Amino acid sequence: MIWTPVFLSLQVSLIATICALPLAIWVARVLAHGTSRWHSVLNGFVHLPLVLPPVVTGYLLLVVFGRQGTVGAVLYDLFGVTLAFRWTGAALAAGIMGFPLMVRVIRLGFEAVDPGLEAAAQTLGASRARVFRTVTLPLVAPAIVAGSVLGFAKALGEFGATITFVAAIPGQTETIPSAIYAALQVPGQEGAVVTLVCISIALAMGALIGSEWLARRVVAR
Amino acid sequence: MIKLDVQKRLGDFTLDAQFDAPAGVTAIFGRSGSGKTTLINAIAGLLTPDAGTIALNGRTLFGVGTNVPTAKRNVGYVFQDAWLFPHMTVGKNLTYGGNHDFDRIVDLLGLASLLTRRPTALSGGEKQRVALGRALMSKPDVLLLDEPLAALDSARKAEVLPYLERLRDTGGPPMIYVSHAMSEVARLATHLVVLDAGRVVQSGPLGDVLAHPASMPLLGVRDAGAVIIGAVTGYDTDDQLTHLSFDAGHISLPGHIGQIGQSIRLRIPAQDIILAGAAPVTISARNVLPVTITALEQGRGPGVAVGLQAGQARLLARITKASLREMNLSVGDQVFAIIKATAVAPENVGR
Repeated sequence: MIWTPVFLSLQVSLIATICALPLAIWVARVLAHGTSRWHSVLNGFVHLPLVLPPVVTGYLLLVVFGRQGTVGAVLYDLFGVTLAFRWTGAALAAGIMGFPLMVRVIRLGFEAVDPGLEAAAQTLGASRARVFRTVTLPLVAPAIVAGSVLGFAKALGEFGATITFVAAIPGQTETIPSAIYAALQVPGQEGAVVTLVCISIALAMGALIGSEWLARRVVAR
Repeated sequence: MIKLDVQKRLGDFTLDAQFDAPAGVTAIFGRSGSGKTTLINAIAGLLTPDAGTIALNGRTLFGVGTNVPTAKRNVGYVFQDAWLFPHMTVGKNLTYGGNHDFDRIVDLLGLASLLTRRPTALSGGEKQRVALGRALMSKPDVLLLDEPLAALDSARKAEVLPYLERLRDTGGPPMIYVSHAMSEVARLATHLVVLDAGRVVQSGPLGDVLAHPASMPLLGVRDAGAVIIGAVTGYDTDDQLTHLSFDAGHISLPGHIGQIGQSIRLRIPAQDIILAGAAPVTISARNVLPVTITALEQGRGPGVAVGLQAGQARLLARITKASLREMNLSVGDQVFAIIKATAVAPENVGR
């Protein structure tokens, strides 16, 4: 069934983006305003998945989040949660791979907010939380939308880390890229390949157009 | 009332300032880099001093073990850049910090037609009026203004200044007004603090500080000059002259200025006063005031600052050392101060 990997990919990417977003906003804000050595270390750590070979990231995920991994074992013992070879693991891999892109875009948004606006809000009696909610966040919103779309698109296309961490089990962890790869290995599957490739392009275009529309709505508000 | 004594090191610069600001408008005047903005940011809590105390109406804002956060200081702040929130309408901007006296402030600052607009659709002068209204509606205990007109061209300045004068004269909150433009200071301030390289070098009521000969080197020869306050007594339609009455005597100025009975403050730059030993018989200058020399202060340059008493008012003149020698002037002499009516620039006439 050709639509199974499509729906799975959408589900994985959506969950990955939604879960990564709050953390990405927080990290972006921290990185936008800090220059200490710890910020450089954090910055490097966040960007690692962008420069590491994806298969290395996938292997590290297996080591850390596998059934016998340091975190994976705890998750299984305490909550009975398994990530490796499950769609949730695919979402984790996709989220981690998209995270640096989200942080980069949202960080630029934070850097573009003039501190003078926040200072002005403070002099008007607004607490730090209220300044963030009513001044900073609305001004960063277009960057958050753009970062989310980029992270979502990256998650849709994630292949290396995903196939290493969760393999490509049809119906469970086989996302669009894995399905295309698998179909290419079998003679006579060219039709399925073309269909999936077209769906990939349509999803990517849809995400970009949707983000433009969202960003414009957010700015106009 | 603000009592302030702060120290702050920033690289090579050291701020070490003490002054009291009573009700009214206290101007902090100084060249760029003299520490004006550092000082006003310390009052707002946007910058933490290394040591000292800041008290507002008897409430300690900063001191040993106390550092009230900006949001709880209850100060209004109008920045050089208005810092209006770009994603809100003017109306939402105005009420961000509260809606104290909304109708009166909208009326006072002429904001009614702007309420539904976005900040990006406002002129520079309109932006500053909105910023002023926004600060006022938060019902501040003190209004801090950091060069609010510096980013505006002279036409926009002339548009905003009357609103600030109105605010001062209609029982607005005490104001701390930072500026390096003497024409603004002379029109608005009731008290003056002169800051130089992080230190307070003069402070007191505006008239006293400006008329003091020792102020001349601090303010610069172009900016030195007394401010006198009087009232309009009449307008001569044929000659197109407005007649004004001051403690110092009568002065006529070209053009139609204000209504009869209206209070007028006039800045007379020291370099625009000519001194004569005897009353001139025929002279084109309209204003000849009998004055007494109260002080003579020689600087390093060619000029001499001459303190003058004219009735109850004090004036300041700048003449050359050569003139001083040839006229053989000394303290206590009766002379005549000549002010050319057309020399008074419009920006030096306020309410």
